[in-house]
Amino acid sequence: MDFSFSDEQQMLLDTTRRFISERYDFEYRNTVRDSADGWSRETWTALGELGLLALNIPEQDGGIGAGAVGTMLVGNAIGEGLLLEPFLSSAVIATQAIVELASTQQRERWLPTLASGELIAVLAHDEISTRENPLQVETRAVRDGDGWSIDGNKSVVYHAPAANLLLVSARIAENEIGLFAIPSDAAGVQLLPCVTVDEQSAAAIVLKDVRVSGDARLGGDAKVALQSALDIGLAALCAEAFGAMQKILNATIEYSRSRVQFGAPIGSFQALQHRMAEMLMHLEQARSMSYLATSQCTDPDPLARRAALSAAMARMGQAARYIGQQAVQLHGGMGMTDELNVSHYFKRLLAFELRFGSTDQHLEIYRLRLQAA
Amino acid sequence: MDLDFNAEELAFRDQVREFLATALPAEIRDRMHRSDDSHIRDDIQNWQKILHAKGWGAPAWPVEFGGTGWSKTEQYIFETECALADAPAQLAFGVKMVAPVLMRYGSPQQQQYFLPRILAADDWWCQGYSEPGSGSDLASLKMKAERDGGDYVLNGQKVWNTLGQFADWIFCLVRTDSSGKPQRGISFLLIDMKTPGITVRPTRLLDGTFEVNEIWFDNVRVPVANRIGEENAGWTYAKFLLGHERTNIAGIGASKRELARLKQMAAAQPKAGATMLQDPLFATRIAQVEIELRALEITNMRVIFAEAKKHAPGPEASMLKIRGTEIMQRLSELQMEVLGPDALVYRDSSGEIARETSTYLNLRKLSIFGGSNEIQRNIIAQMILGL
Ligand SMILES: Cc1cc2nc3c(=O)[nH]c(=O)nc-3n(C[C@H](O)[C@H](O)[C@H](O)COP(=O)(O)OP(=O)(O)OC[C@H]3O[C@@H](n4cnc5c(N)ncnc54)[C@H](O)[C@@H]3O)c2cc1C
Ligand SMILES: Cc1cc2nc3c(=O)[nH]c(=O)nc-3n(C[C@H](O)[C@H](O)[C@H](O)COP(=O)(O)OP(=O)(O)OC[C@H]3O[C@@H](n4cnc5c(N)ncnc54)[C@H](O)[C@@H]3O)c2cc1C
Repeated sequence: MDFSFSDEQQMLLDTTRRFISERYDFEYRNTVRDSADGWSRETWTALGELGLLALNIPEQDGGIGAGAVGTMLVGNAIGEGLLLEPFLSSAVIATQAIVELASTQQRERWLPTLASGELIAVLAHDEISTRENPLQVETRAVRDGDGWSIDGNKSVVYHAPAANLLLVSARIAENEIGLFAIPSDAAGVQLLPCVTVDEQSAAAIVLKDVRVSGDARLGGDAKVALQSALDIGLAALCAEAFGAMQKILNATIEYSRSRVQFGAPIGSFQALQHRMAEMLMHLEQARSMSYLATSQCTDPDPLARRAALSAAMARMGQAARYIGQQAVQLHGGMGMTDELNVSHYFKRLLAFELRFGSTDQHLEIYRLRLQAA
Repeated sequence: MDLDFNAEELAFRDQVREFLATALPAEIRDRMHRSDDSHIRDDIQNWQKILHAKGWGAPAWPVEFGGTGWSKTEQYIFETECALADAPAQLAFGVKMVAPVLMRYGSPQQQQYFLPRILAADDWWCQGYSEPGSGSDLASLKMKAERDGGDYVLNGQKVWNTLGQFADWIFCLVRTDSSGKPQRGISFLLIDMKTPGITVRPTRLLDGTFEVNEIWFDNVRVPVANRIGEENAGWTYAKFLLGHERTNIAGIGASKRELARLKQMAAAQPKAGATMLQDPLFATRIAQVEIELRALEITNMRVIFAEAKKHAPGPEASMLKIRGTEIMQRLSELQMEVLGPDALVYRDSSGEIARETSTYLNLRKLSIFGGSNEIQRNIIAQMILGL
């Protein structure tokens, strides 16, 4: 047992936090939110220069290979700063899929530019059918000479409008899924952009007879790699959520010290003290579950991994709901405004509950496993 | 004991239903059904005019002021049926807030001028109580009103003024004396929003909407004749106002409507070869809120029954407010959860806002305003439990 972090890991956290406090304060973040793209290229490039986009690229490929713990710590800081850039989408999930599946040639083509930030890739995987079974893909890829023709509909892909490269999962045979790298401006690709509840840019994607050459495919059957990329992403999302929870609780405690009603700081009222004590307990349980997700997201035993990750999501989802709602409540009317950061953390935590399956879905996964045992 | 409405009450309910079925314009009903606030001012005003034409513009007012003279039970039935039919809620600030104060404490001139205009939807009213430093602790309010001849001169700021952007008039609590106990130096003024020196600034809320405002007063002159009752006695009037028209505070009708909608949504949402309504866990969650609502409905009727006997709404209203708002918030959570990841999409490619998600965000206000749920619990502890 050891809950300490190595010097390198601690440095990653410190570097990211320092960057955010110097270059990405709440005001700047909101100008980014209100910009046409909804994310900042300048920030993205700077993250690349700091090496943070190479965390999940192995050292032998020229990356940092920081592993799940390093990714968690950077994820914490990104949640704390409410960053709107595609760190999770491109630098964690898509990068992981490429690392697991890509040929030497493909790695050489994509990994260096992913690390610098010039290339933004997103995994276009979710569909209506994947909601109940993450590997139930209805998008189809059929042989077209040496290449492939792809048809299907992908739902809410975070940061798709920012991406140059879409990693599209498509069914090839009854029991085989292929992953295809498709430039986002390829003929037949249509993006329907939207803004998510946590103010990030996303898009639904329609693929109509999209033709790609044979070397657009990454590896063979992509099921194992897909699950692995999604699970590493899930752990990173938990880390982001934890960062947001910590910040919103701190903001609430601070507010309760300075807001005076009835001649006293509202933090002196026991009803609110108990509420904040409850929030803290949720936060600490969430931290433990974020650690669990981080340490188990690469567990080779798929059943143990599923159980751990669903436990983390179920527990952290409850924490996100309670902490988010109570933070707004304890801020009174100010908690309802766009002006304070509280409502933005609240919405980020709501998106956390919706992105990788709901609390109830994860409870169900956990229950089914318990009943099967 | 009988938990059901009697024959007369049922006949009254049918009469209200029939009226709603024919008199509520379809486009207003549709917008309310979709929580579309784009025409909210006109929708509320037009509906008030229709109610007024029918003689139902003020369900709780006595007949001599143009009210219906309905019993508390009839008022409850009316409000519940209106909510179930997706009718716009009446603008409370006029009909339910300032009007009872005018009827009880206003001068005959004030009554004759304002009450008919409220009934006919000629004026849009808003409420100016809260200030940046005075929310839950309302009596600490600071906005200054100083006498200058026949006028008060006002300087200060009000916040959170719901739909104040449309207001013709605002009723305000202002400070006319700061020497004694805070409650004792407050006066109640009626202020024409067109008076020079008033600036309205909208406040953007977390769901991206603008339903509340900040209102700044810079040397605003208000005739002394626009004061309600005595100078420095405004707190009494404000407390009277708070104790009034609480038959609908639990929002039973609105919750029943949203519960029905939740079940429809769940029945239409596929889950594991069946629907969300068939899902044991989700159906249990619906069952829990439905049972809580059923209990609250009966509690609400018990309070109405007791009130009709002793004619004074008591601290029981705090219970109805807390549980009623918790139920509404819970229903909005479940409606959002039915959508699953679709609830993530806030603004889609056509600019359409996700109703369920924005409603969930917006309804966090229910436990904050109208006396926060913490303040309501303090009231229960002090007034009911005697602690
Ligand atoms: C099974 C059992 C075994 C025990 N064993 C031992 C033992 O071995 N040795 C020993 O010395 N004692 C023992 N105790 C006593 C125990 O420590 C006391 O019961 C405990 O400290 C509470 O004190 P009290 O019972 O006087 O309740 P009180 O202190 O009177 O409290 C009554 C209620 O008020 C609440 N309360 C009190 N103060 C506050 C506050 N400031 N804010 C909010 N809520 C408050 C309490 O939480 C409680 O709900 C035992 C008690 C039990 C029930
Ligand atoms: C959407 C919206 C619409 C509104 N519309 C209007 C309007 O039209 N007109 C108007 O005048 N006002 C309006 N309000 C203001 C509303 O009445 C206040 O927000 C409310 O009174 C709470 O005050 P506050 O926001 O200053 O919070 P605070 O009073 O600062 O409270 C902050 C937190 O502390 C808690 N708290 C405070 N005191 C205690 C205590 N003694 N014990 C335990 N907990 C306590 C509160 O419950 C809350 O959780 C509106 C508010 C909102 C959000």
